[in-house]
Amino acid sequence: MGKIATREAYGLALAEFGETYKDLIVLDADLSKSTKTDTFKKKFPERFFNAGIAEASMVTTAAGLATCGKTVFASSFAMFAAGRAFEQIRNSIGYPNLNVKIGATHAGISVGEDGASHQCLEDIGIMRTIPNMVVINPADATEAILAVEAAIKHHGPVYLRFGRLAVPELFDRATYKFELGKGIELEPGTDATIVATGLMVPEALEAKKILAESGINARVINIHTIKPIDKDILIKAASETGAIVTAEEHNIIGGLGSAVAEVLCENCPVPMRRVGTQDKFGKSGKPAVLLEEYGLTAKNIAKQVEEVIKLKK
Amino acid sequence: MDKNRVRELKILANKIRKNALTAVYSASSGHPGGSLSIADALSVLYFEVMNVDPSNPKKEDRDRFVLSKGHCSPALYATLAERGFFPVADCATFRKADSYLQGHPDMKGVPGVDMSTGSLGQGICAANGMALAGKIDNKDYRVYSILGDGELEEGQVWEAAMFAAHYKLDNLTAFVDFNGLQIDGDIEKVMSPLPIDEKFKAFNWHVIVTDAHDPEKLYDAICEAKATKGKPTVIIMKSVKGKGVSFMENQAGWHGNAPNEEQYNQAISELDAQIKELEVEA
Repeated sequence: MGKIATREAYGLALAEFGETYKDLIVLDADLSKSTKTDTFKKKFPERFFNAGIAEASMVTTAAGLATCGKTVFASSFAMFAAGRAFEQIRNSIGYPNLNVKIGATHAGISVGEDGASHQCLEDIGIMRTIPNMVVINPADATEAILAVEAAIKHHGPVYLRFGRLAVPELFDRATYKFELGKGIELEPGTDATIVATGLMVPEALEAKKILAESGINARVINIHTIKPIDKDILIKAASETGAIVTAEEHNIIGGLGSAVAEVLCENCPVPMRRVGTQDKFGKSGKPAVLLEEYGLTAKNIAKQVEEVIKLKK
Repeated sequence: MDKNRVRELKILANKIRKNALTAVYSASSGHPGGSLSIADALSVLYFEVMNVDPSNPKKEDRDRFVLSKGHCSPALYATLAERGFFPVADCATFRKADSYLQGHPDMKGVPGVDMSTGSLGQGICAANGMALAGKIDNKDYRVYSILGDGELEEGQVWEAAMFAAHYKLDNLTAFVDFNGLQIDGDIEKVMSPLPIDEKFKAFNWHVIVTDAHDPEKLYDAICEAKATKGKPTVIIMKSVKGKGVSFMENQAGWHGNAPNEEQYNQAISELDAQIKELEVEA
């Protein structure tokens, strides 16, 4: 299978669904070539508007458009969408529950060379604390495209998290079913469960193979929708496998690991480990080098699974 | 505009002032100063200019209004009530836990409120979005938004100013309630946004400076805005904060404080006297 960045898929999805959904409007803040909203712009120039380098204005303008019946995608890098425009998203989109989708690209340290200022590792946490907000972090191109479609069909605010880096194609669009808020068991297993999101999903699948070599049978779950999170699949995994390792390209504070811990602590507490950035900023470097250095690898997931299994009662 | 209509609009503005003060007094909290200064503009907009239908608040082709200075919700609620969107008596439930009249405008719960506001600088951007939607759909509705002069200190206002001019949103009319006072005092001492007119001109807006308390001048300014093509218009309204209540006028202290019973009664009797005087003139 080939590799394609989820941001590429995002641009393709907007251009594709722009055909069917005539009320789809796309805004960007001078990053359309990078966020790939320019794919939509080329096809539907009359429905694309550049807000300039003004993210606060962009997302709030999107809110105004939504009050007039438009389905609006507003895009920038995750750092400037979720980060800079947080309060506008919270007050002008979340509070009035308006139909605006934040298409945030360049999330995580896999941004690479641009360094810490552009590597958003807090966005899942920030966005999921806003009432009414849905948070989706697709793992591959197919999931990204179908997530865009699901976001269009869902009336209300959605935060979509895409990456810059080309990632493996995992799913076949012809057969893949995307259901908002539903986790997917990708691999069965009985000894522990790896719960992964985004570009950590292929790493989780690889970790399963590593663990199999030492006789550990790990379950792998893909959580594309971090909010609302699929409690049932998590509780079932915890009760059946007795140990959980989460994996995300995000600070371990506030992201998938926190969301999973919140569910399990209240419903089925089991030993847990969280793979993610360990409350540290990123830095410049090649994406692969950074992912290795920050422990966002199959190898580290496998190691954490081995550790957490020792804590099982 | 004939003299009788001017008088009617002035009476309506004073009724709005009374309802707004009742709201703030009942809640023992809220923002009377700026509510009183925008009452005339709201009376002209909602009773003379805007195409709205209280029996169908979400009517698709309605004119839109966004109170960017959302803390002056008492005046907006008072106006909407007076216009028939909900009972005037409900103004007295303002800011109470079982009321739909939230401290700042809430579009989900209040009939006639087109956008939830309260965080300064955002309303004008939402108004841009509404005006842009009108352009996209070739609709002829118009969008109105009132900003505070202190609000101009928010950088986002100038992002909005750029956007509206860039996309030639001539269906948008912004108002600045230029009363010269903000919470911490004189706007020129806190953080001067002056010159306001030159700034908007530099951002490629059509600029009109007028009297915030003269319905006829306000109406003429709005007509001029409607006739202005290719650019948005801002109407800078020179206003008196606390207008209509002697002891509240030009006092920054009345920005966000509720009157006590004695002060409330005095304010109401002053406004009643003004209404009576206008009625006698008729």
